[in-house]
Amino acid sequence: MTEKTILLDHGSGGLASQELIGNLFLKYLDNPTLHSLEDSAVIDNQPGRLAFTTDSYVVDPIFFPGGDIGKLAVHGTINDLAMRGAKPICLSLGLILEEGLSLDELERVIISIAEACKEAGVPIVCGDTKVVPKGKGDKIFINTSGIGVVADGINISSKNAKAGDAVILSGTLGDHGITIMTRRAGISMEGDLKSDTRALHRLVAKLLAEMPEAIRTMRDPTRGGVATSLNEIAAASELAIELKDEDLPVRPTVRAACELLGLEPLYLANEGKCLVVVQGDMAAKALEIMRSTPEGAEAVIIGTMTQGKAGRVVINTPVGGSRVVTPLHGEPLPRIC
Amino acid sequence: MKHLDEYRDLELVKPLVEELQRAVTKPLRVMEVCGSHTMAIFRNGLRTVLPQGMELVSGPGCPVCVTSAPHMDAFIGMADRPGVRVAIFGDLFRVPGSNGSLANASSRGAKIDIVYSPMDALEIAKQHPDQLMVFLGVGFETTTPGIAATIMAAKVQNVKNFVVFSTQKTMPPPLIALLDDPELKIDGLLCPGHVSSIIGAGAYEPLAKKYGLACVVAGFETADLVKGLIMLARQVATGDIKVENVYPRVVSWEGNPRAQKMVDEIFEPADMEWRGLGVIPGSGLKIRDKYSDFDAEVRLDIKLPPSQEAKGCMCGQILKGINTPKDCPLFAKRCTPASPIGPCMVSSEGTCAAYHKYGQDI
Repeated sequence: MTEKTILLDHGSGGLASQELIGNLFLKYLDNPTLHSLEDSAVIDNQPGRLAFTTDSYVVDPIFFPGGDIGKLAVHGTINDLAMRGAKPICLSLGLILEEGLSLDELERVIISIAEACKEAGVPIVCGDTKVVPKGKGDKIFINTSGIGVVADGINISSKNAKAGDAVILSGTLGDHGITIMTRRAGISMEGDLKSDTRALHRLVAKLLAEMPEAIRTMRDPTRGGVATSLNEIAAASELAIELKDEDLPVRPTVRAACELLGLEPLYLANEGKCLVVVQGDMAAKALEIMRSTPEGAEAVIIGTMTQGKAGRVVINTPVGGSRVVTPLHGEPLPRIC
Repeated sequence: MKHLDEYRDLELVKPLVEELQRAVTKPLRVMEVCGSHTMAIFRNGLRTVLPQGMELVSGPGCPVCVTSAPHMDAFIGMADRPGVRVAIFGDLFRVPGSNGSLANASSRGAKIDIVYSPMDALEIAKQHPDQLMVFLGVGFETTTPGIAATIMAAKVQNVKNFVVFSTQKTMPPPLIALLDDPELKIDGLLCPGHVSSIIGAGAYEPLAKKYGLACVVAGFETADLVKGLIMLARQVATGDIKVENVYPRVVSWEGNPRAQKMVDEIFEPADMEWRGLGVIPGSGLKIRDKYSDFDAEVRLDIKLPPSQEAKGCMCGQILKGINTPKDCPLFAKRCTPASPIGPCMVSSEGTCAAYHKYGQDI
C-alpha cells in the first residue's frame, strides 16, 4: 500500500479540500466558531484593548525533541500576545503544504496543534490551506495570527524600562536553537537537549495579577536570542543594560553543544522563555512569583537597567573585565574549528 | 562540561589576573596567533583588564580570514556550475569574493551544504552520485587530518564524485613571513592550542631561537589564557626566551605523529596565497599527484584569477598586527558584520568581527 500524501487537489478548494478539512482539521481542532466554516470567525465583544499579532513558522526538521512545528506555531503566537500583557483569546491557522507531504506527518502536526491549543485554552477559530507543487515548499509552512485582550491599566512596552529596573530571564538560554542546530547537523548529544517550546501566558497573567504596575517590559527572546532582545529593550528605553556573565543560566548540555559548534547561547532562539523587566524593588517578589510557575521554575535575575550609553548591553566578566553584547547579525553559523 | 569549568573557575582565575599584573614589569606586545584565542580574549573581557604596558595584537590565525579573494571567487564560480554541489564549514558562507559570496550563489540556486566534518560531505556525495561534490578545504593543521582521512575513505570506498579544493594552510611559515617584516614589532607569541596539538609545541622552537620571540602554547579557557600571558610576560622580563607549553593536557612537544603521517600521505607543501599577506612559499598544502582524482583543481581545471583586494581594506595590515581594526577607514562604516568587505569581518573569529562585536568603545 502506498503512503497517503498531500496532492495538489487538497488545495483546490474542491472536494479534496473539504475532505481534508472534515476528516483532519475539524476532527482535531473542532470548536463552535471553527465548525461553522464561514468566511471569517466572529468573536464576541471583549472588554479591554485588543492585541493582534502574526507569525510564520518554517522550521526544519518539523519534528524535534521537545516539540514540532505545530506546537511552535501555537506557542509562538500566544507568547507574542502575552508579551504585551494580553490574555490570548483565539488563533488563526494558515497552512502552506508541499505536494507529497505524508498525510501521517500532517496528522501528527495537527494533533500537536490541537494538544497545544487545548493545554493553553486558546482555540483555533479560522484557517486556510494551500498546496504548492513539490519542490516549491518544504513540507509544511504555518502561519498563525492571534487576538488577545489587554486589561485596563496594563501597559507593557520595551520603551517602559527605567534605570534601576531588574532584568529577569524565566529560564535557561538557547535550548530550542541548539536542539534544532544539532538535529540539522545530525549530531546526537547525550543528555537533555530538547526544545523549550511552551506557552507563557499563564506566567504572565500571574505576574500581572500580583504587580500590574511594576512590570515594565516583557519580550520572548526567539530568533536572535536573548542578546538581540536585550539590545532592542535597551534601544527602545534609551538605557544601558548590565549583565553578569556568571548569572546567565545555560544547561551543561547546551553549553557543551555550543562549544562543539562554536555558537553562543546568548544568540540562540528560545521558544518558551521571557525576559521581564521589573521595577528594582519588586524584583525579588517577581522572581518568587515566576519560580512558583512551571514555566518560570528556573527564573533568574540576569541584569539591571542602567543610565549608561543608550542602547548598550554590556556583560561584566568573571575576570573583572567587560564586553559589549551586540545584536545578532545574520544566521548563527558554526565555526570552522 | 568536564575539564572546562575548572579552567573558568573564579577562585582560580582571579589570583591569576592579579599575578599577571605583577608579571608585567617591562612593556611588551604579544600576538595571539589563533582566531579562537582572539574570540576567547574578547569574550572574557581580558583586554579591559590587561596590565599597563601589555598590548595584544591579533595575528593571521583565522582560516576563513586568510582565504584569498581569488580562492573565494573560484569557490563561488564552482558552486555556480551546473552538476556541482559544494560542502563548506559554516563561516565560509558569507565570506566575500570580489563579487558576492557563497550566500549570493546559494540565492541563485547553487547547491551548498554546510557540514561539520568533511566526512559529512563524503556521505552527501554518495547520496547524490549524479553531482560532483566539492569540499572546500579551508583551514590549518586542525582540519587537515580530517580532510586527509576523508580522501582516503573516498578512495577505499571508490567514490568517484567527491573532490577537495585544498586551500589548506600550515602554521609556522606565515609567522616567519611576518617576523621578516621589519614593520612588525612583537615580543611574544601566544601560540595556538588546537594547531599545536597536531604540529607540537616544538614547532615554534626556531621562532624562539632565530627571532628571540617568547613563545607560549596556551588553551582557550580563561585560566589557560591568563596563564599563557603570565609566562610570556615573565620570559620578556627575565630575558629567558624559549618555548613553553601551558596546555599540556592537549599539546605535546612532538604533536600527533599519526595525524602528521596521514596528512603527509595525501598532501605536499605548496606556495599559497594568503589574504592580506600575499603568496607565502611553502605555506599551503596541495593534494599529491597520486590522489589527483580527488583534487578539484585538477578535475575541474581551475585557474585562479589574479588577486584584487578591496580598496581601502586594511585586512592585510590588521592580520600582521601592524594596525588594529579601528585604524581602517572602512571599519564599522562600509564594512560591518552584516555587510562585510574584508574577511576579518566575516568569521566570528575574525579580528574585525571580534572588535565590532565586543570591542566597540571598550
